[in-house]
Amino acid sequence: MHFHKPRDGQRIPASEITPREVHDARRDWLKTAGALGLTGIGLSGLSAGVQAQTAGPGKLAKLPGAKSAVAGATVMEKLTAYKDVTSYNNFYEFGTDKSDPAENAHTLKPRPWSVVIEGECAKPGRFGLEDLLKVAPMEERVYRLRCVEGWSMVIPWVGYSLSELLKKAEPTGKARYVEFTTLADKAQMPGVRSGVLDWPYVEGLRIDEAMHPLTLMAFGLYGEVLPNQNGAPLRLVVPWKYGFKSAKSIVKIRFVEKQPVSSWTKAAQQEYGFYSNVNPTVDHPRWSQATERRIGEDGLFAKRRPTLMFNGYEAQVGQLYAGMDLKKNF
Amino acid sequence: MTSVPPSTAATSPSATAPAAARRAPAKRHPLLHPAAKVVLFLLCLLPLAWYVFGAFTERLGANPAETLIRGLGDWALRLLWITLAVTPLRTWTNQPALARFRRMLGLFAFFYASLHLLAYGWLDKGLDLADILRDIGKRPFILMGFTAWLLLVPLAATSFNRAIKALGAPRWQALHKLVYAIAIVGLMHFIWMRAGKNNFAEPLVYGSILAVLLGWRAFRRMKR
Repeated sequence: MHFHKPRDGQRIPASEITPREVHDARRDWLKTAGALGLTGIGLSGLSAGVQAQTAGPGKLAKLPGAKSAVAGATVMEKLTAYKDVTSYNNFYEFGTDKSDPAENAHTLKPRPWSVVIEGECAKPGRFGLEDLLKVAPMEERVYRLRCVEGWSMVIPWVGYSLSELLKKAEPTGKARYVEFTTLADKAQMPGVRSGVLDWPYVEGLRIDEAMHPLTLMAFGLYGEVLPNQNGAPLRLVVPWKYGFKSAKSIVKIRFVEKQPVSSWTKAAQQEYGFYSNVNPTVDHPRWSQATERRIGEDGLFAKRRPTLMFNGYEAQVGQLYAGMDLKKNF
Repeated sequence: MTSVPPSTAATSPSATAPAAARRAPAKRHPLLHPAAKVVLFLLCLLPLAWYVFGAFTERLGANPAETLIRGLGDWALRLLWITLAVTPLRTWTNQPALARFRRMLGLFAFFYASLHLLAYGWLDKGLDLADILRDIGKRPFILMGFTAWLLLVPLAATSFNRAIKALGAPRWQALHKLVYAIAIVGLMHFIWMRAGKNNFAEPLVYGSILAVLLGWRAFRRMKR
C-alpha cells in the first residue's frame, strides 16, 4: 500500500462529502424525534440522547464540537451515560481493574502537553496541545466503542479526523504505517510500575486506516475535554477496531515503513493481532466475539446483542480490507 | 488426616448439655457455642447479600453482569481456600473445635461455585444450553471451571452424615481428597482467565496460599 500526498485542489476530502441518503436520513430522524417530543409520546431515552450529545456534567472545561459531516460519524443509538463512560475504563497505566483509572488517574497532568511527530515525514516536530487543538475545527462524533472483552458503549467524542493532523506533517512515500506511543510516566501513572505490559503502550495503524476520515483524534467527550481516565488530553478513536487500538494520552506519532508491533500483540501474539478489526466471525482464542453487552442499557437478564461487522462501519471501511483474509489478519 | 467426620462429634455435646452448663459460657470454648455456626452461616451469606442488594440498587458498576459473575467466582475460590485452611489452622493454633466448621465452609464454596456457574449461564449465555456446551468445548478456561464445579458435586452430595456412614469413613475420605484436585483446577481456571491480560497478581496470591495449604499437608505426610 502506497500513500500519495493529495495535490491541493484536486481532491475533495471525504469529510466534505455526505451521501444524500445519509443526509436525508438524518433529517428524517430529527423530524421524527421532534414530532415525538411535540406530541408528548416521550421516548425519553431518545430525546435524552439528543440533548446529552453536547451536555456533560460540567465538571471539566467545555469543548463543543459541530455536527460532523463525515459519513458514519453520528450513530443514531442511545448514548452510554457519562458516568459509565468515565468509570468503566481499560487504561492499564492506572491499574488493571476497570474501576482503577477513574480512581487513580487524577495524578495525570494533561497540561502542559506536547506531541512529537516524527519518522517518514517532511515536517516533523514537537507540537504543543494548544496548537494541536487548532489544527481543524472540533466535530462531535457519536461512535460505537466495542471492547475486545465483549462489551460496548456509544460515546459522543469531540475531535477532528486524524488525517487533518497527519497531513500537516507531510508524510513521505515511505510512510506505510503510523505508530502511536502513549505516555509512560511512573510519577503520574501508578500502573506503569507493574509488569502487565511492556511500557510505553504502543499502537499502530496502516497509513490508509490512519488517514480514514472516521479515524478520530479526540480531545473531548460529551462536549467537554477528555477526563484523565479516558486518555486526556488527546487520544485516538478508531471506531471499527477493538478499543485497545485507540491509544490514549498520546505523546508520539511516528510515520514508519514497517508494521509496528502493538503492545498487546507483544504481550499475546496469538490473541491480539495488528488489525484487531471488530469481527463477529473471528473469535478471540478464549471467547466468542459474536455478541456484546451494551453497557448501562441491556438489563442484567437481557440477551447480549449481536456484534456488527467492523462494528457497524463496514460501509465506510470495508474497502480498506478488500481481498484480505480477515481470519489470518485478525 | 483425621478419621472422624468433624461436625457430629463437636456439636452433639452442646445439644444435650444441661441448662446449667449453658449458663456458664466461661467453661465452654466460644468456638463450641451453638451460635458460632449460625454466625458463620450468616457471614458466609454476606457476599451474596451484597450482590443482591447491589443488583437492585445499581451499585455493581457499569457492567453488573460481569461484576456478579466474577465476584461469585472469587467467593467460590475464597471459600474453598478457607475450607482447605481449616485443618492446618486447627493444628497450628491447637483449636480442634475449628473442625466443626469445615463442612459448612465447603458447602458454601460449592454454593458460590454453583451461583457463579448459574450467573455465567444466565447472564452471559441467556440459559442457552447449546451455546453453553459449545462454549465449554471451545474455551479451555471455561472447561476448567466447569470441571472444577462438576467435581465438587459428588463432594456436596456426600456431605451429610448418612452418606458418610453409607460410604464408610475410608471410602468417604478417599472421595473427599478430590478437593485438592478441585482447588488446583479452580486455580488454573482463574490463572487462564487472567492470562490474556497478563494480569497474574491475584492468581499469584491465591496460588501462593494454596501452595502453603497443600505443601503443609505433603510435608506432614512425608514426616509420617
